[in-house]
Amino acid sequence: MDITRRRLLLLLPSAAVAWKFVQAGTPEAAPNYKTSEHWWGMLIDIPKCIGCGSCVRACAAENDVPDGYYRTWIERYRVTDYAIERPQVESPDGGKQGFPLNQDASGKNFFVPKLCNHCADSPCTQVCPVGATFVSPDGVVLVDKSYCLGCRYCVQACPYGCRFINPKTNTAEKCTLCYHRITKGLTTACAEVCPTGARQLADLKNPKDPIHEFLRTHSVQVLKPHMATGAKVFYNGMDGSVR
Amino acid sequence: MAFVLLRAAVVPKSFGEYGHYRGDAIAEIASRPVAHAGHEVCEACHTDVVEQKKLGKHVVVPCEACHGAQAKHADDPGTIKPPKIDTALVCARCHEANSAKPKGFPQVASAEHSGGLACDTCHQPHKPKIETEVKVATGGKK
Amino acid sequence: MQIPVEGFMYPNEVELQWSVLIVLYPFITGLVAGAFILASLERVFRVDAVKPTYRLALLTALAFLLVAPLPLQLHLGHPERSLEMYLTPHRSSAMAMFGFVYLWYLMAVLLLEIWLDYRRDIVRKSQTSTGLTRILYKALTLGSSNVSARSLLIDERLGYFITLVGIPSAFLLHGYVGFIFGSVKANPWWSSPLMPIVFIFSAMVSGIAAVMLLYMLSSRLRGKAIDVRCLDKIAQYLLYTFVIDFSLEMLDLIQRIYEADESFRSLDFMVHSRLWTSQVIVQILLGTVTPIALLGLTQLVKFSEVARKRIYGLAGCLTVIGIFAMRWNVVIGGQLFSKSFLGYTTYKMGFATREGLLTAILLMILPFIILWVLVKLLPPWTDSEAISASAAHGTT
Repeated sequence: MDITRRRLLLLLPSAAVAWKFVQAGTPEAAPNYKTSEHWWGMLIDIPKCIGCGSCVRACAAENDVPDGYYRTWIERYRVTDYAIERPQVESPDGGKQGFPLNQDASGKNFFVPKLCNHCADSPCTQVCPVGATFVSPDGVVLVDKSYCLGCRYCVQACPYGCRFINPKTNTAEKCTLCYHRITKGLTTACAEVCPTGARQLADLKNPKDPIHEFLRTHSVQVLKPHMATGAKVFYNGMDGSVR
Repeated sequence: MAFVLLRAAVVPKSFGEYGHYRGDAIAEIASRPVAHAGHEVCEACHTDVVEQKKLGKHVVVPCEACHGAQAKHADDPGTIKPPKIDTALVCARCHEANSAKPKGFPQVASAEHSGGLACDTCHQPHKPKIETEVKVATGGKK
Repeated sequence: MQIPVEGFMYPNEVELQWSVLIVLYPFITGLVAGAFILASLERVFRVDAVKPTYRLALLTALAFLLVAPLPLQLHLGHPERSLEMYLTPHRSSAMAMFGFVYLWYLMAVLLLEIWLDYRRDIVRKSQTSTGLTRILYKALTLGSSNVSARSLLIDERLGYFITLVGIPSAFLLHGYVGFIFGSVKANPWWSSPLMPIVFIFSAMVSGIAAVMLLYMLSSRLRGKAIDVRCLDKIAQYLLYTFVIDFSLEMLDLIQRIYEADESFRSLDFMVHSRLWTSQVIVQILLGTVTPIALLGLTQLVKFSEVARKRIYGLAGCLTVIGIFAMRWNVVIGGQLFSKSFLGYTTYKMGFATREGLLTAILLMILPFIILWVLVKLLPPWTDSEAISASAAHGTT
């Protein structure tokens, strides 16, 4: 990269200012972040997902996710003919290194990224015996790892399989919607690195949010709607075979 | 009575502030340091790359999708440098042909396409399209 | 440790969350509830025939109830934080509320009832024994040494009242455990309104069988004759309860097969493959159908006392094994299949690990040790028996 000293001297201060903003710290300290002004969700655009695994790797890097456990992962579906009740699904290492070539490519093939759905009527929150997992005022389901007993009831109660017990802390863990980023005006790590824009953060309380607008004008679904969890991760273009 | 006293002494003060949980947990979780700088921060310094990307399809690809989490580098650009990318690995994740990828998405079977050559032998990742003059010079795709 | 997976499981589902210790927990609390119900048969329903087992049933319940929290503590990621369940219980969580049900049952029901029933003996022992045991008994009297006719009448009345309250409490104790599983909508193997009822009845079955076996065993060890009339009565109640329990489980099974909802194919395959031995062979055939058949036979055909005792012993053992298998099939079975209904995983049970087989075995032995201590401290046999026994063995 060709950068002259003069250029650097001009650029560094502005970069530093931008960076200081990012490092603003706690929500109270972060300028103008009020939990009551936000209600977070996400949009996953299935036809755009290329299964590159960037999101899985970025999440692991951003959140120190231990090997073998996944805060987010990608599934590859193969649906032959009209057999939507019997898809072939795989997720090698959660899709972290992408996907190998399919042995049999007949039928419909597509990728489905998954993560915590940050349910508004979260069953994991309902069953936590002590209040270690909770829905924040801005709609993110979080885990207080200094309060969690590690009883694993929440892991059992999640219909989507998005929770796990971190073997280092022995507490429950899952996607936090990169709370430490979105409260600073950034987007989630997975949405940040997605090369096709298949994953995008949505602020459901902001009428001007373009993703919020998308949800109003397109046919979208949530996973397992019959569970009535109030899931806030919406899928565009999702096939009926997706579990 | 003893229970009430015990409770007052042991239960964390911020418990119940916003709901049935420790209110301080929100601030604690939010104060975690970020690992990805975000493309806007990269673009603030690397304007030449921005100009290059603007001319090609990779304009929509965020920097850290290929370069990995670089908040540490953004914090201290002089000392911490991002590692060189192995294009054979990184490019393949997106562009290796796979039937589950959307039909319109540019994908190749790398064995046929480049015969094992590293992708950046012919392609410039920030502006991946090979200009026709270069194509003619190298006799087209191998 | 690579866990073999068949088909597709969500990546975080592959490793089982709840181990054999969580199988032990409903098994143990089930024995508690069942033993208590048997005791209450005598006290409240005045079934005199089972009187010889009354105190033994209460002590059995206590021995197991004291051990019950241990598998949970060993399972928790942070057992040192378990007090949080009492300090900041989440009212919507069945697990949190259960902590209070347990505490209530232990303190207000079981301990109180045992104390009231034994009070006269405790006072007598505090006056006749010497040394360390004297101090112990004195402490157990809780300061009251009044054994007048009137105070004993109060004990009797109070005890009756507590047993009366204790019956629904025992149902609540184990019904709650059933609810902890039955209320999880994410898991179709568990989610069912029948779950608390099935748990209660299977608890009663296991508890009654356990007390019956302990009574037979302890009589043998003491060289005392077994009251066969008592045994007949217990076996009868065991049969009735078993029939209800079996009917409920069959109802659940038949309904599932008939309705064949989204999860059915996956669960059906699981039962036919991974759960075949533990569910069909051990739980249903050996652990339910056989004991019911044996007990039913004794109601229809008049066997000799010796034969009856043998049949009851066999039926009792099979019952207890069968109910343990039922807990295993519920807890472990519920985690072997994927919530995507597309795959299965395997339970890799360790041996000498914190949640391993060895730990489970030791935890099952512990209540018997505690029971032995309790029996020494508060003999469940009648006074005359105790005096003649101690005279024969030369102890105080």
